[in-house]
Order: sequence, then structure tokens, then C-alpha cells
Amino acid sequence: MKFSGKIWVFGDDVDTDQIIPARYLTSSDPEVLAKHCMEDADPAFPEKVGRGDIIVAGKNFGSGSSREHAPIAIKAAGVACVIAESFARIFFRNAFNMGLPIFVCEGLSRVVKEGDVVHVDGDKGEITIEGKSKRFRVAPIPPFMQGLIEDGGLMAHVKKRLAAQGARPAV
Amino acid sequence: MGKTLTQKILEDHCEEKDLAAGQIIQCRVDIALGNDVTAPLAIQAFEGLGIDGVFDPDRVVLVPDHFVPNKDIAAATQAKVMRQFARKYAIKNYFEVGQMGIEHALLPEKGLVTAGDVVIGADSHTCTYGALGAFATGVGSTDLAAVMATGRCWFRVPEAMRFIYHGKRQAWVTGKDLILHTIGDIGVDGALYRAMEFTGEAVASLSMDDRLTMANMTIEAGAKNGIFEVDETTRAYLEGRALRPPRVFRADTDAVYVEERDYDVSKISPRIAFPSLPGNVRPVEEAEDIQIDQVVIGSCTNGRLSDLRVAAKILAGRRVHPDVRLIVFPATQEIYLNALREGILEVFVAAGAAVSTPTCGPCLGGHMGILAEGERALATTNRNFPGRMGHPKSEVYLASPAVAAASAVTGKITHPARVAGEESI
Repeated sequence: MKFSGKIWVFGDDVDTDQIIPARYLTSSDPEVLAKHCMEDADPAFPEKVGRGDIIVAGKNFGSGSSREHAPIAIKAAGVACVIAESFARIFFRNAFNMGLPIFVCEGLSRVVKEGDVVHVDGDKGEITIEGKSKRFRVAPIPPFMQGLIEDGGLMAHVKKRLAAQGARPAV
Repeated sequence: MGKTLTQKILEDHCEEKDLAAGQIIQCRVDIALGNDVTAPLAIQAFEGLGIDGVFDPDRVVLVPDHFVPNKDIAAATQAKVMRQFARKYAIKNYFEVGQMGIEHALLPEKGLVTAGDVVIGADSHTCTYGALGAFATGVGSTDLAAVMATGRCWFRVPEAMRFIYHGKRQAWVTGKDLILHTIGDIGVDGALYRAMEFTGEAVASLSMDDRLTMANMTIEAGAKNGIFEVDETTRAYLEGRALRPPRVFRADTDAVYVEERDYDVSKISPRIAFPSLPGNVRPVEEAEDIQIDQVVIGSCTNGRLSDLRVAAKILAGRRVHPDVRLIVFPATQEIYLNALREGILEVFVAAGAAVSTPTCGPCLGGHMGILAEGERALATTNRNFPGRMGHPKSEVYLASPAVAAASAVTGKITHPARVAGEESI
């Protein structure tokens, strides 16, 4: 997995109410959610963000609610991937399940500025900022979750398991 | 190596043995929960599998609570999707408006969760059931769909932090104040990916309602789950209520905790979380004189009968300040009925409060009490993120029902003792 894109920078503890406010949760249509992505953190974000852009944030990104609408909104807004110092655990699961690539990278958010271009090499596990030589390490993805990605997400993984067992697995 | 209480329950529910923190396991799930916001997405994913039923219709629980009674056509459509799914797959634990409650107050009340369970819910406050000695955690809609299909869920075995509370609580200090103090101490990601295990004589003296409040807010410290040991209070609560027999697990005496915190609760006064993080916590003494426009008493955190009793004790014979809107939300139909019979609802209405049917509505800025730009609320809920209760430039302060009731009377954030004396109930 490789991504290169212009970045939008957010601080620590960006919660899911800022990513997609609850007033929009009466819809789960990705196009509707995308129009309000990050609205309560930066009202102009849905207008400004371009396809392939990257979000770089501080610690505890995606804290709060379990709403899967949050990674759906980010993905539908065209964001290629999210890089943060750390992620809240439910958002972390949801992002994998939704197929939104996310990377834990310590230190990056403290040195970048809005508009920088970063290059993410998920295979080598490193991130660089265009015009700078320093390389940032990406925390490795646990092997089980890599398997989920290879299967095409959690539901595809479940489908494969169900098919392999000829039925629902014994509980 | 000794195991924590959380690890013991997980080990009982999976094939893997001798669990270690960090390991990925597949667990049997006892109860899987969805609501009107998260279930529609889960149902969409589930229907894509092309299978003929859920893993066990008695172990799937569906509760419309976020935007009900339906706030608009879109909300009505989501509630309808869930209702039709419940009928199609004969899910008896679907709770219609008029019989429902806020999910995390409702499931314990109905005895659907018991000690020793593994529970997942597509709602972050699913961690509430740790108060009953269960492992319970929030997941997303797709995870819920996978569990509805297979009855299993993958987890990373968490490290645990132990929190020991000792000493005697001050007057008007509740479980809400202890958990706010704790989150203020460790921060909103202080327990990220970890289990929070609560112990000590000062939590042993807490009622089940107070424990449910504490476990409910462990997600606000980033935790995977929060959990209490089963004791006489737990047994008394589950007796005659739990639909399945409780199973009691204990942490090993040599269990490994990545961190331990020790609190002398006699030094903790009522606590307030200032905008805009649940970890931005200060003593009420530093918040007094902050003027408020709205007070909300209710939610999955503090909408239970004992919460309403404390608020009514303070409001009895008093009036809500003319500059304040007080909105009270009993968390379930049963709580509503009991509060009605005890005369509590009459106290609220006579004091000038609006009393609502159970709903999550105002807590997440959904409906029934939205804030305008620049307005400030004091709420017994669990989150005070920017815009949580309405306009992005509105503010939410979090506190206990006692502080909320006292503040509704004075119009500014107030220690309950100033309104109702030194003796709490």
C-alpha cells in the first residue's frame, strides 16, 4: 500500500462528533456523510478536501462514539488514508472494517504543516515528507488484521469462513 | 503468570489457553446489541452475507433509543429498518417505544446481561455492563454484523490498569464524581486499549447504579472495558433478574497490571468536566459561579432511579431558576413508572422541569434539547466534546445528578450542599 498526497493537519483527541456530528446520523449514505466530514473541527473541510488528500492528526484520533459513519465519511470525502500518533480503539477497528487505511506514526504530526505532501509506504513501513530527508516509522499492522485486509475486509472474511465450513460455524 | 479479571472471562470464552496481553483471540459472544443509529448499517452488511438467520435470535438485542420517538422521517426510516429485521429473524429482544429504555440502562434492568458474560454492542457505552462483572465493549456496525452471523468476535487481549479506591466518600459524592476524577487523573486516552479494573472498600460501598455510571464512562478514558468484581451488591442486583445464571470470575492474586492508581475518596469533592473533554476535570469549588442555560438530568450514565431520587431530594419544594431550562430523562420505562409512583416526577414538574420519555436525544445533540450558539449546558451525560449537544460553539459541563439539580436551582454551577445542606441521601 503506497499513498502520496497533500495533508490536512488536526490536533489531539479529534472525536467522532467532530468527524461526523450526530445531527447527520439519520443517514448512512456515504455521499451525504462526506458533505459534512470533519465539519465541527473545520467547517470548510468538506469544500477544501481533494481526492487523494491525507489527514495527519495527533493522539487519540476518532475517540468517542462507535459510529462507523466516521470512517465512512472520511473515505467518501476522498481522503486516501489517515495518519495519527494514536487512534481510539473502536475507530481503529471500524477503519479496517470499512477499508479506510490508517497508520500509527509517532512524531509526524508534530513536524508537518498543512499543505505539505507526504509519501506513505505501507509495505516498507515508512513515511517521508516531500523535500525532507527524515524517515518516520509506521507501527506494524498486527498479522491478524493484515489477513482481514487481504480477505477484503471483515465481511468478506466472514463470508469466506462461512463458505469454508459449509454453514455457520458451531458456537 | 497471573491473569486479570478481564483475561479470565475472555479465556473462558475462547479456544485459546494461557492468554497473554496483546494476543488476538476469537471469542464466543453471549449478547450482541445494536441501536437505531448503528443497527441499520449492520443489517445492510448482514444481509449481504446471504444466510438465513442470526446465530441465536435470543442473543441479539435491538433497542431503538437514539432518535426515538422518531424525530423526523429519516429517523423513522432507520427505526423501521431495525423493526423489520427483528420481525424477519424472530428477535424477541427488540424493545419498541413505550417498552424501551436507553439501551445501557435497559439491558441490565431486563436481566439480559449477567456476570461472566462477553457482550459486544455497536455503541461505545456498551462498557457499562462491566459493573455486573461482565466483559463488555463497544464495536462498530460491521463487527456487529459479523457477530450476528457467527456468534463470535475477535479481540486483542487487553492489558489492565487497576484502580483502588479507599476511604469514606464526602457528602454528595457519587460514582460519577469518582469516575470523573479518575478520567481527569489519567486523561482521555489514559487507558487506551486497556481494561480498567475497579476495586477497594470505597467501591464496595457503591450501589449498582453508581457502578454502572463508573463503568459507563471508562470509554471516555479510551478503555476497552471497565469491570468490577462480583460481590453481594452484584448478587442482590442479579437475583431474580438475570435470565442466565451469573458466573463469577476472580483476578489471580498475582495478576499483572500495567499500572495501579490509588485514590483516597475522602479527598474528592464533587467533580465537573469542563468543555470540551471528559478529562478536563476540576473540583466543583473551581466551577461555582459559571452561569448555565440548560441542565440535563438523564442518559445511560445517570438516568437511573437513584439518580432521579437525588435530584428530586434537592428540587423538592424549590423552583428551577428562571434563566434555566431543566430537562429530565428517566432512562427506561420502568424507571419512569417507578419515579411516577414515588412522586419524583411530580417534584420535577412542580419545580418547573420538562420531563421526557426515555431517549438518548439531547446527550448527542440529536433532539429534545439542542443548544444554540454560545449556550452552555450542565449535563449528567458522558461527553462534552465541541458541539456535542448542538451548535459547534455551545458548551457542555459534565457533573453528577446532585450537582445538576442544585445548579438548576441557582442558575450557576453549584455544590449541592449550598442548596440542600451537608447531608446527602
